[in-house]
This record gives sequence, structure tokens and C-alpha cells, in this order.
Amino acid sequence: MFLRAFTTASVLAISAATSAAACEISARVSIVGNEFPAIQTVGANAQACAGAEVSTNLTADHQKINVPGMQGNPAEYTSAIIANSSIVALMNEDVIRPLDDLVAQFGQDLQPTQLVTIGGQVMAVAFMANAQHLVYRSDILEAAGVEPPKTYEEMLAAAEVIRSKGLLENPVGGAYMAGWNLAQEFNNMFLGFGGQHFTPGTAEPSVNSEAGIKALEMMKALSEYMNPDFLTHDSNATNAEYRAGNVALMNMWGSRAATLVTVDGVPEEVKNGFAIAGPMTVGGGDTPASTLWWDGWTVAKNISDEEAESTFKAMMNGIDPSILENPDVPTQAVWLVEGYEPTPAAIGVFEAATSGTIPYPMLPYMGLMHTALGNELADFMQGKETAEKALADVEAAYTAAAKEKGFLQ
Amino acid sequence: MKHRTFFWFFLPTGLAMVLFIAAPIVSVLIQSVFAPHEAVFRTVENCGPFGCVQETTIDQEATQSLREAQPLGRFVGLDIYLDRGHLAVAEVGAAWANSDSLGAFFDELGDLPFYRAMAFTLTYVFVCTPALIALGLVIALAVNTLTQRLKGLVIFFSLLPMIVTPLVGSLILFWMIDSRGVLGTLIAALADNPDLSLKASTVLMWISIIIYGIWSSAPFAFVVFYAGLQTLPQDQIEAAQIDGATRWQQVRFVIIPHLMPLITFVALIQLMDNFRVFEPILGFNASAHATTLSWIIFNDLGGETRQLSAAAATSVMTITGVAILLSPVLVRTWRDFRGKA
Repeated sequence: MFLRAFTTASVLAISAATSAAACEISARVSIVGNEFPAIQTVGANAQACAGAEVSTNLTADHQKINVPGMQGNPAEYTSAIIANSSIVALMNEDVIRPLDDLVAQFGQDLQPTQLVTIGGQVMAVAFMANAQHLVYRSDILEAAGVEPPKTYEEMLAAAEVIRSKGLLENPVGGAYMAGWNLAQEFNNMFLGFGGQHFTPGTAEPSVNSEAGIKALEMMKALSEYMNPDFLTHDSNATNAEYRAGNVALMNMWGSRAATLVTVDGVPEEVKNGFAIAGPMTVGGGDTPASTLWWDGWTVAKNISDEEAESTFKAMMNGIDPSILENPDVPTQAVWLVEGYEPTPAAIGVFEAATSGTIPYPMLPYMGLMHTALGNELADFMQGKETAEKALADVEAAYTAAAKEKGFLQ
Repeated sequence: MKHRTFFWFFLPTGLAMVLFIAAPIVSVLIQSVFAPHEAVFRTVENCGPFGCVQETTIDQEATQSLREAQPLGRFVGLDIYLDRGHLAVAEVGAAWANSDSLGAFFDELGDLPFYRAMAFTLTYVFVCTPALIALGLVIALAVNTLTQRLKGLVIFFSLLPMIVTPLVGSLILFWMIDSRGVLGTLIAALADNPDLSLKASTVLMWISIIIYGIWSSAPFAFVVFYAGLQTLPQDQIEAAQIDGATRWQQVRFVIIPHLMPLITFVALIQLMDNFRVFEPILGFNASAHATTLSWIIFNDLGGETRQLSAAAATSVMTITGVAILLSPVLVRTWRDFRGKA
């Protein structure tokens, strides 16, 4: 058995190498991007190209360096791997180039859904999808006698049963760390209640609404069932709580779900009870309280056409369908690449995509709103002020920032 | 020294100071009175893996001509200094007009990022600085009485908090005070309250950060005072002993006056350092409870949309704050200088 697996792997490795050898480039390629398994796979396969140097800088701090690294002329990075939230910063600063002619020349194999177009121009090529969805412990839910929740109201009820039966003290997990994470959880809940961040067509904020207040109240109710340190827990800390067996219900990223129980030291009952499902709805709405994300790559504007062509070819090699032949790769993400067959770890994201989840808004001023939410909501979560006051603070903080950036007059 | 000699002697240092200190400050000043151009929007159809939507984007061609006409951006004067993210003049005025009591006014003030940061920063500066000077002095006096053989070892261990990188030191303490950590569990057991969490309480978080601040900076005070103690004239101590001074009286009337210039020096350096406190806020994930000016700058630059002008304005305000804190000493030095001349 081992031998067969071994030979299959070798054959795959050889075939991967052959496809890599087909990639010939003539100018430097330099990639900056986030750091998680799927992106590392893309980076490694782009580096398989021959003919010129392909370097990668994959780091969690990529958002702090990609804009400055592409503003120079020539740009340091010829490609940035980004998501639908972070492409906005690159668009705002005008540092990435339209890819239409390169797609026509070298991108015939791409699926039409992979092309991210803005105003009719292809600006990025998407290779994976992501969303937050329910991750739970089937064994604990069974012991409590509750079904996996379909709504946040059911999640609260289930948490109460688990706590009152003495199964877990703080059964709910959530990445509620003040800052980006807390703001993202608000976005999920706000969209689930039918909220809109801005008055349509303008940069005027509209989070101080009924949907905003309801979203905050639901988050506050959930936090009563969380570890009291929740304002310091990002998704890594929340995952650690789940792995330690302290959490039975949580809203977690699909890209992290697959590897949740594969690390060393996870207790057997957590491994066996690990289960995922689609995102939950809230307040009787149909739209899941989650957001859809894609990850994709771009090509810098301030580089020569030869470098752009080489970058495009190398990145195409990075997301070549042959990468899926490595048995580890299909579980790393929900790939948008041709030939991808969903693994069991992908149901959460697939349900998110098919049940009408709203994609994270790609607006020039959304980043400022996200920052304002992250800074101003912690006071409400600690019970220091009312939901109305917290949301009024968010709007005031956003307005000051948007005026500075010239988005509002 | 002749003026000519002094000029050539000072020139390399002077050039480096202009290049690495003065020029960046001037650049930050300029940055803080300019803001990016008003964005020209257009609505376009965006398509991707999840379908198409009508969304707003920046019209790059229209914005390009604005940028070329005025590469620095639009001049906004002091607008950014006065907006809600900084001095919040309009908001403070409204809070003053609408509050019935002083307490309500301060509540409103605590909601504005700059005043919230100042409340913590000033508490931190004025608790940490005297406390770490006192602790440093106590350690120095204690180590000074040890036998020669033990001294080296004890000095090494006393210096460890300063050797540990601040971010790493605060992270270690952060994990220890976690509600599942060593100290967190101990404190909850001592208080007989299993739900007690240091990280969930603003007061306890402030205390933790201040304790960390004293722990990490006391070794600096200790080293300086210990060096000072080596220059203490023994005859003065002996004279005091003959006069019947107790140990405490010797410290109070002989040692402390002897160390006074060093105490002023440590106080100055630590006032500056503590005013710029940053690492523990990050290491303790404390931004929900405590923020500082340095943290605000970091946050402005770290978002998906960078706010360079806001960060520049906060930087200038930090420099101003340090200057105000140090002004009593600077004024005294100036007077001494004038007195000599």
C-alpha cells in the first residue's frame, strides 16, 4: 500500500515537473502575497519556470508592503497575490495593469469565472474561493441533543443547552479580536441582517441603522458564550481554543478548516467530532451572515512588457490544473482551477457560494470603513456604550478618514 | 575650542543629524498639511467568480491629471490636526456644550481616539517613570551590598528584562496572564473568581501594561544608578555613620543627593521613552482597552487603505508632546546656560 502510494506520488511529481518544464520565461518575476498553504503552492509552482529568476515574498504582512513595493518605477514586485478586499488598495493607487491582451495570448485555458473584470477590463485572475462558515463538534452537539444550527439564533440556543448541561463552559468561538477581525464579524452579521455599508452610489456611511444595531446585539449575545478574553482572539487563537476542545461552535474561514485538526496534539475526541457546515443566517433573513472572498493574482503596471509577459506566464504555471495532481493540494482550498473536485472540507465554502452569500464589497472606501469598525466597536462589546453610540462613533471616525483621503467632501 | 575647530569637529555629526533627524521631521510636517486629492468616482460593472455587480471605482485618468498638477496633494492646512482622529476640536466643543457634568464631558472625551490615547499614555508615563526610578535605585543599593562573587551573576539576571526584545517580553507576559495561563489562573484562584480575566478588564489591562513597563525599564535605571554608586565618596558615608545616621538617613541625605544628576538623566530618557510606548499595546493585544499615539500611527499605516496624512499629523503631535514633557528641564538648562554667559 505504502509502495503504491509512493510510486503514485513519484509519477505525479514527475508529471508536475514536466508541466513545469514547459514554462519558459525571459525576464524576472517577483511575487508578493499572503502566507497560507494554497498560496505557497501557487508560489512554488510559479518558481518552477525556467529561463529567469522567480522570487516570492509570502508573508502575513503583504498588505503593508505590496502597494509601496509596486509604486516605484520599475516596480519591485511584478505580481501581487490579493483578495477582493485588498485589490482595492492596488486599484486606488493605480499600480496594476489590465490583463486583457495577456489573457488573449496566454490565458486561453482559464475558466471565464476566474477573470476578475473591473469596468470591463481584466484586472486579476482568481484561483480560489473562501468564506467563513460553521465549524462544530458533532460529538458535543449529539451529547447536548441539538442539531447543527442553521441560524445564529439556533446557535445561541445550542450554546445555552451545552453550557447548562455542563458540557463546556464557553462553547462558542469567534475571531472577535479588536481591529480587523471584530470588524469582519460585524460585516458578516450586518449583511446577514440586510444592511448596506454605504448609501448606494456614494461614499456616505450607513451602518448606524436598524441592521447595524441588531448585528451588534447578536454579537454581544454570542460573546456571552465565549472565552472572556474574546477581544484578544484572532482566528489563530480561536482555532487553538477549538483544537484544545474548549469550543463546540464557531464561524471559521474555509481556508483554515481543512487543516484544523491535522496538527499534532489535537485530542482524539476533537478529531472525531470535527464537522463543518454552511454559513448561518440571522434574524430570519435568507442571506447568510458571511461574505464571499476570492484570492487571485495581479500584474504590476510599472514594469516592462517583457516582465509582464513573464510574470503572467509564471503565474499561469502557478495555477496550472496539474497542481491538483499532488494529493495535498486539493484540500488546501476551494480551487477555481479547471478539474478541481470539491473535497469534504470544501462543503462550507460551496454552500456559502450557492446560498446567496454576498461577496465582500470591492469599493475604494471599504478599507477605511473596515478600519473604523475595528477601532470603534470594542467599546460596545465591553458594555461601555450603547450600540447606537458605537455606530455613531464608527460613522464619525470613517467620515474623518474619508475626508482626508478625498472620498468625501 | 576655537570656532573653526569646533565647526570641522561637529560637521559630520551635524550633517548626519540634518539628514536623518531634521529632514524626516520636515517631510512629516509637510505630509501632515497635505492630503490626497479628492477622488473622482465612476460606477462600473465588476465581474468575478461570484457574478457581476455595479460598483464604484476611482477614475484613474481624471485623478491622474489632478495628481500631475499638484504632486503633493491638496493643501489642507491644519484640517487634519483638527479632525476627529486628532484634536477633534468640533467634537470637543459639542461635548462641552452638551454635557451636564464634568464626568459626562470626560466620558465623551474618552470616546475620541486622541484623548483616549493621551489618557492612557499620560497615566503610563507618570506611574511608570517614578516607579521604575525607585525600583532601579532599590536594586542598585541591594546589589551594591552583595559580596563580590555574587555581584556578576545578580547583575546579569537583573539586566535580563532589558535584554529581552520588548515585543517578545510583552508577548510572554501576555500568554502568562491569559485566563488559561499560569498567572491568569493564579490570580483567578487568589481572587476566588474563576471568571476573572485580566484581558477582559480595562483596569487590570492597564495595570498589567504598567507593571510590564516598570519591569522592562527598571534595569536601565539600575545600571545607571549602580555606576553612580561606584563613585560615592566613602568618607562622606563614614562621616554620616559617625554622626549616627541610620541606613535610611544615609540613603536619603547622602546617596540620593549624590545621584541626583543621574536621576534627572534617567527621568528625562524614560519620560521620552514612555511617552512613545508602543510594543506592549501590540504584544498584549490591548487596543480594545489602551491605545497610545504610537499605536494610532501604526494603525493608520497598517490598514488596507493607508492614511499617510493622519499618521504624519499624529507623529508631529507626538514630537510636540515629548517637547512639552521635557520643557521644564529644557528651560532650566537654557537658564543655566544664560546664567553662565
